[in-house]
Amino acid sequence: MDAQNPILAPAPAGAPSLRANRVRPSRRVADKILITASTAFTMLGILVLGSILLMLIVEGLKGFSPLLFTQPTPGPGSEGGGIANAIVGSLVLTFLGIVIATPVGLMAGTFLAEYGRGSKLADLIRFLNDILLSAPSILIGLFVYTLMVRPMGTYSGWAGGVALAIIATPVIVRTTEDMLRLVPSQMREAGAALGAPPSHVIKTITWRAASAGIVTGIILALARIAGETAPLLFTALNNNNWFNANLLGGIPNLPVMIYQFALSPYPNWQGLAWAGALLITITILALSVIARLVIKDQRAR
Amino acid sequence: MTALTEQIALASDTRSSRTAPSKGLDRVFQLAALGSALLVLLVLAGILGSIIYGGWPAFREFGFGFITSSAWNVGSEQYGALVAVLGTLASAFLALLIGVPISIGIAIYLTQLCPGWARKPVAMTIELLASVPSIIYGMWGLFIFAPLFARYIQIPVSNVVEGLPIVGTILYARVPSGVGVLTAGIILAIMIVPFVASITRDMLDQIPTVLRESAYGIGCTTWEVVRHVLVPQASVSIIGAIMLGLGRALGETMAVTFVVGNANRLSASIFDPSSTIASRIANEFNEADGMQLNALMALGCLLFVITFIVLIIARLLTRRAKVA
Repeated sequence: MDAQNPILAPAPAGAPSLRANRVRPSRRVADKILITASTAFTMLGILVLGSILLMLIVEGLKGFSPLLFTQPTPGPGSEGGGIANAIVGSLVLTFLGIVIATPVGLMAGTFLAEYGRGSKLADLIRFLNDILLSAPSILIGLFVYTLMVRPMGTYSGWAGGVALAIIATPVIVRTTEDMLRLVPSQMREAGAALGAPPSHVIKTITWRAASAGIVTGIILALARIAGETAPLLFTALNNNNWFNANLLGGIPNLPVMIYQFALSPYPNWQGLAWAGALLITITILALSVIARLVIKDQRAR
Repeated sequence: MTALTEQIALASDTRSSRTAPSKGLDRVFQLAALGSALLVLLVLAGILGSIIYGGWPAFREFGFGFITSSAWNVGSEQYGALVAVLGTLASAFLALLIGVPISIGIAIYLTQLCPGWARKPVAMTIELLASVPSIIYGMWGLFIFAPLFARYIQIPVSNVVEGLPIVGTILYARVPSGVGVLTAGIILAIMIVPFVASITRDMLDQIPTVLRESAYGIGCTTWEVVRHVLVPQASVSIIGAIMLGLGRALGETMAVTFVVGNANRLSASIFDPSSTIASRIANEFNEADGMQLNALMALGCLLFVITFIVLIIARLLTRRAKVA
């Protein structure tokens, strides 16, 4: 079947139309429909992204001012104010989440790629990790609520950080494992041949060879948790003041702030929600683009 | 062969090496890796355990009636999951109905039709749609899409179908506000398209070029190549990708909470507001107490069961495809 046609190198898609008169009309119609529909759907996707960005820029810039970064969120119905406390709160929560998730995800990914390769246990964990990767984030919120908020008796930044960490970990596990698997075995063998114990080989050879990919995974996880709202509703909640240094009580954060303010009846709050939405979306899109560029560098090398 | 060499590489700590550098630390490192991996298992078990623990009183109180009852009355402490479960299933089904053809269309465009120079930027744009936070989709749905939808779709369609049998029930909006099950379905469709499209694209890319070229070579049109060569090759993994999108649509919270209307009403019309499991939990959990809290946890339990069955099927399908 595939051995007979050395002449038929990549045939252009439009080739049949050259002999249009010999092609049954229904075939041409079906082909035209497919091409038009797929092109239209792709345009639709680009249009939606454009529409979302346009909406954010138009609405978000209206409320943009330097005060945004210096003032805490105002009370209901009052004028002025900013979202400085929510920005700092979000940074703290995201930082907590990533700080917890990175070592756990890195080590778990290392186990799957290096120690557990081929074992039943690793297969099971890989499978469950993939499921956790797309588990509804609101269920993770319920879990952390039961685990931390209820026993501690208060909403806290710690609970919010743990919830975000649970969402970030599977992303890091997955990318770490994938990237470590790309490292050629010869490099490990070379290390082992010099008498280095496995942990030394992993730390100084495989991790180093896969570092760009692992960093990409961490950036992707960062982008994923920076905009997560549902798990924070029951764990970090929100408030309109600066938070305590011990992170107990409601911690203001951008996603929950946006959710509450956007649905509020006060124009001032709605304006702040739009500004916050613009800020968070630009940050996340930038992180995603950076992650992709890092991957590209890795491939190019 | 690689497996063998790796085993040798990893088994090297059992042989006595001349300097035996830090054998204890080596063991600690391995145990830390194992422990972290087990933590993933533990978290999943913890999620299931905590939700069952929280929802158990509601299941015991209402029994099987919890699933079949449409009551949700905080005052009289009567709770049933029917409206939320149906709302979840209906919005996710609509999302698939709208999203799957679009996703496959985009995947075909990217792999077959797109000129080479545009392929990267277009694919990146579609993938960026996946990283937009769900709350932004919610705001877009509520403030931009819903008013347009009410004005140009709901009102005209309602006027046309009013009084007709069946269609007049399914497509009639009592209050054309733009929010409702169909709006939620459309927003969910937009959210799952990037996922399904990029997985489908990867699967189509994996099909050997020779297959495609020989089909074109015997005079097939693009449609025939797609229909008879590409889709049969990738069908199992495309179904897996669709199931993955379904899992996401079922559990999506914030975007749906914005546009579903959050009403506890059993209605046959897809223009009417309703609730999903996730939106109800998001709305009521913080003010809930006592039996309401338990009922919400029980809802979470149902969501867990539904999504995890879907996700397990999805992962099994996409995995089998890779081996084959």
